[in-house]
Amino acid sequence: MAENDIVSDFLVESYENLDRLDRELVELEKNHGDRDALAGVFRTIHTIKGTCGFLGFTKLEKVAHAGENLLALLRDGKLVGNPGITTALLKMVDAIRQTLAEIQASGQDGASDYPELLEHLKRLQTAGSSTSVPTVKADGSPAPVADEIIQHLPAPEKIGGVLVEHGIVSPKELAEALEKQERGDDRKVGDILVAEGHVKAEDVTLAQTVIEARSSVPAGTIRVGVNLLDNLMTLVGELVLARNQLLQFANTLEDVNLQSVSQRMNLIATELQEEVMKTRMQPIGNIWNQFPRTVRDVALGCNKEVRIEMEGKETELDKTIIEAIKDPLTHLVRNSVDHGIELPADRVKAGKDRVGRLILRAFHEGGQVNIEIVDDGAGLNRDRIRQKAVERGLVAADHAARLSDREIFNMIFLPGFSTAAKVTNVSGRGVGMDVVKTNVEKIGGTVDVHSKPGEGTTVRIKIPLTLAIIPALVVTSGRERFAIPQVNLTELVRVESNNASRRIELVHGAPVYRLRGRLLPLVYLGKELQLDKREASGSSEEQAVNIVVLQAGERQFGLVVDEVNDTQEIVVKPLRKQLKGIKTFAGASIMGDGKIALILDVMGVAQRSGVISEARDRALAEKAAEIAAVEKAREMQTFLLFAGPDDACMALPIETLDRLEELPASQVEQSGSQWVAQYRGRILPLIHLGHALNERRGRRRHPKPATEAADKQIQVLVCHSEGQTVGIVVERILDIVEDTADVQYPATRAGVRYSAVINGRVTELIDIPAILRSSCLQQALQTAPAEVVH
Amino acid sequence: MPQTSQFCTFYLDSLLFGIELRRVQEVLRYIGMTPVPLAPGVVSGLINLRGQIVTAVDLRRRLDLQPRPANVEPMNVVVRSEDGSVSLLVDEIGDVVEVEEESFEPPPETLHGTVRTVILGVHKLQDRLMHALDTERACQITEEMEAVGPTQ
Repeated sequence: MAENDIVSDFLVESYENLDRLDRELVELEKNHGDRDALAGVFRTIHTIKGTCGFLGFTKLEKVAHAGENLLALLRDGKLVGNPGITTALLKMVDAIRQTLAEIQASGQDGASDYPELLEHLKRLQTAGSSTSVPTVKADGSPAPVADEIIQHLPAPEKIGGVLVEHGIVSPKELAEALEKQERGDDRKVGDILVAEGHVKAEDVTLAQTVIEARSSVPAGTIRVGVNLLDNLMTLVGELVLARNQLLQFANTLEDVNLQSVSQRMNLIATELQEEVMKTRMQPIGNIWNQFPRTVRDVALGCNKEVRIEMEGKETELDKTIIEAIKDPLTHLVRNSVDHGIELPADRVKAGKDRVGRLILRAFHEGGQVNIEIVDDGAGLNRDRIRQKAVERGLVAADHAARLSDREIFNMIFLPGFSTAAKVTNVSGRGVGMDVVKTNVEKIGGTVDVHSKPGEGTTVRIKIPLTLAIIPALVVTSGRERFAIPQVNLTELVRVESNNASRRIELVHGAPVYRLRGRLLPLVYLGKELQLDKREASGSSEEQAVNIVVLQAGERQFGLVVDEVNDTQEIVVKPLRKQLKGIKTFAGASIMGDGKIALILDVMGVAQRSGVISEARDRALAEKAAEIAAVEKAREMQTFLLFAGPDDACMALPIETLDRLEELPASQVEQSGSQWVAQYRGRILPLIHLGHALNERRGRRRHPKPATEAADKQIQVLVCHSEGQTVGIVVERILDIVEDTADVQYPATRAGVRYSAVINGRVTELIDIPAILRSSCLQQALQTAPAEVVH
Repeated sequence: MPQTSQFCTFYLDSLLFGIELRRVQEVLRYIGMTPVPLAPGVVSGLINLRGQIVTAVDLRRRLDLQPRPANVEPMNVVVRSEDGSVSLLVDEIGDVVEVEEESFEPPPETLHGTVRTVILGVHKLQDRLMHALDTERACQITEEMEAVGPTQ
């Protein structure tokens, strides 16, 4: 029994060590001379070897021993690392890992004792030593003399090492002291150095404390089972509820002592909750650590050179999420190396560094974690994706032509999509990207891809910090409360009672609501869950209707509930096996009053109500991009129509406008070369559209915007752009209309974004940032160079 | 030396039932439940047991007995099952009894239906029979039961 415990401890520890070895070896390959890395690798192998010997796993010990011998030569500088050695060492790590798995399964070390690997490692020891010396000279790395000194240097946990590290003694002085020791001087190294006058006695004491601090670091952690943490979390949750009740009670009693105690209790409980939450958090670096190895192997396999960089390794995520994104991330990383980054020769031809860069980046943003996988490869081929999508019937040809770049790029996440010209063993099998998307969405995340031809591709994953606690909207239906995960929520619509029956229409009996011109299928939660039939049927006539607009995959639908309560952070608890069969619920949560509310599974509700039927689910998913794109292109926009110079019909999307103002022309004043008006306690710069559009270079002065009689009113569109509020003076306001503006024609003059048919007339859409740039206003305000806003 | 075991007894529709004491986690008075729409009829709802969410199974329904009269508030017998804790709703709780192995008999052949699968057999007590419940079976809710909606 006790021995089993030791073995299982050994296994856990060794797996961790091996993961570290993978990383360290790849690190070492890049940086042959890094003694710290070498010492680390050596120590790890040594530990494994030692424990194997102790537990009687002789085969494992032999493998580790062979690796250790090779490493010893490397450490002593008798051998210089090369990719061949690294590959052999990595193979040894794999062999150890395999043997460990066998030990875990059977309690015995495996059948194979890896004779080829042992032979190979041995050969490298001798072959390497004879070839290594010339290579050192050839590429001008450290001269043999320096090697010799390094060889004499003790590890950083020795006093001499620390002193050299801090630059107090030179390696040479230390080497001399060590030599003396070897020749029989029985004083300590520190004492010899002090006696020689190289260091002061304080420095030696200081170095000693540094060593003590280093050796005590590993004692800071213990292993704890996740179950225990989950229990802790549950109990803390209960404590928080009890605290809430206590606080309420204390307030009614008006006892000062009780109140102060309950206040302290309040603070402690809150802090305790936060700390317990933290115990489940792990840095994302834990899974990233295996990627250098993955990248190396894939890159070697396809003859590419790739350097991996990581930013934000310490970003913390809930353990369950870390596990859930491990596979999708691995797939994306492999994909980037395999497809994204070009062959070295192609890279050089394109004027790039022959070594490709792969950047993993993680950071917190708005309660979510963003993970980016960035490569500087060839980028996605827009035309190829479009062509492929049309070929596979995922999108119709005429629609494909109208899709934006982003929409095209995101088609790579559709099921059955792969543009890889040749299928490699890594990727290109048409599975993968859609699985990545499904897996990320399963944990409430989103995936998005951006790409620039020739510059590279960025895949961005946004995921919640934790699955255990999610923001949710609490609603009531049939006197029961339900929680809806916020990720599925798009918007809330309340249809007042007086026009509820008019606004909710029926398509052959199926209720729908017109949401901005589109029909939104409605699902009555009460009816769907068979809560109370009477209440659901009577509601549509007298009461106001609350519609929760939800996103289920690619489909949107409106869930009609009796009441919308509020949003809360809820602790998600899974349902037991007995209730797992009910797809409508994702779990349950305990509310602030101690009662339980069920968490709706939006996909499940959609499926049950037929918004998504399983049979056509697949077909829909494939068509989804097409539908979304068409809808997007057809999306109604609201435009303000006005008469510009020469009575030309012009328009602005209404959202770019702050206000419409009518100012008396007498109110227009001049400030420097700029016409301005006092407006709401500020000075509003004015631009006359007629002058701005006919602007000629070099013309600095503008005529007064309103050249007409001073008592005339001028029409000003107050709008903002790049943080600046300006007034655009136009001739006349015509109308406000809704239109799709989908027939477009490129702009014919500066200051115009494009022409479109709006309200049956060809209309120019003006480009405020461009107008701002062309007027001298921009220079006067000295704002940053403008971006073209789409 | 006859082998004995302890049973926690309770009543359902005036029948006496027993669960092995070692399977019983705790016995609680009636506590508010959250009904689970669309769940099989035997699931009465969910209860909050000190922060743990526990499924409550109506034993009367599970054993095909008459529905519990509205004025009888059920009690919770929380048992440990393979799939965590489950609360079994019973009419009234009885004593803890110690029975010998010899008093056990399998259910008579004339007993049919669901009940037969949930009851191991009976123990012959002095004055009456105690039905020994198969706790694991009682906590299991099978696929066929999924089809049964909560509304008739």
